Amino acid sequence: MSDDAQSPLFLPVIFVGGLVFGLGLAVSGMARPEVVLDFLQFEDFGLLFVMGGAAVVTGVTFAVATRYLDRAPLTATEYTRRVKEFDRNVVVGGAIFGVGWGISGICPGAAYASFGVGNYVILWAIAGMFVGAYAQGYARSRLASTTEGN
Amino acid sequence: MDALTPLLAADSLFPRGVLPYLVGGLLVGLGAAVIYLATGIIAGASTFLESTLSYVSRVERFNRFTYVQSRDWRVVFTLGIVAGAAVWGFALAPDPGIWTTDVQWWRLLGGGVLVGIGTRLGKGCTSGHGVCGVGSLSNTSLANVATFMTFAIGTAQLVQAVGVSP
Repeated sequence: MSDDAQSPLFLPVIFVGGLVFGLGLAVSGMARPEVVLDFLQFEDFGLLFVMGGAAVVTGVTFAVATRYLDRAPLTATEYTRRVKEFDRNVVVGGAIFGVGWGISGICPGAAYASFGVGNYVILWAIAGMFVGAYAQGYARSRLASTTEGN
Repeated sequence: MDALTPLLAADSLFPRGVLPYLVGGLLVGLGAAVIYLATGIIAGASTFLESTLSYVSRVERFNRFTYVQSRDWRVVFTLGIVAGAAVWGFALAPDPGIWTTDVQWWRLLGGGVLVGIGTRLGKGCTSGHGVCGVGSLSNTSLANVATFMTFAIGTAQLVQAVGVSP
């Protein structure tokens, strides 16, 4: 991407999008692990409206763009939906993610937002996520190279 | 009995009200929509972990083309998330000021490690699968969300049952 003549608006727009995204996470309370844990312990069902509200907005946006719009103005990328291939990892990964989310009340986007509201304690969770992502990537790289070696 | 009675009243289903949740959710969707409409990029928050590791690690997996070519904007996206939350926390919130969690550090660290493994193995997180994937009506994402919701609720209930709080 850096090789192409990139629109000067590309990074500013990404930043503004992230800003609105993070604002939403803070407004909704997802930046507070306590609120997420209250939801998972059936004490406050508000989080249904966060994911529901967000998915409705992206759903309408994706539907309109893929049907009626041509290409994204800043990158000339064709509009597509987010469809990833299904395999066993999707379920195993989801289960591990779920256990982690249930223990900590924290997921990636919400953790960054939590840091934004001054929650320096959340660095424990962010550090943990990097360790987990590194362990996962390291293990899979090793696995791939031993399979090829044989 | 005490645990069941509140479920009957709508008030107790939403002790903090519904509006902040709904407005927050719409803003999360709007942020993703702005990026998508301008760039065609479907943003998730967890790929940042792997793509950022490519700056410092030589492990092959982190240095795949998709991560290296997207790592710069993913850092900008994450800084945007931090900044947006800060705008709320320190300026717009009804009670502006620094906020920190009471959840214990070992829960954050241990849960974080599992979240890091699970989100990368499972190809996405609450924003990638939960918001963008569900918005795409992707069966893969719906399966992932159903799985992580089930395990998260089970785990949180278990943690509560053994008396760990906060």
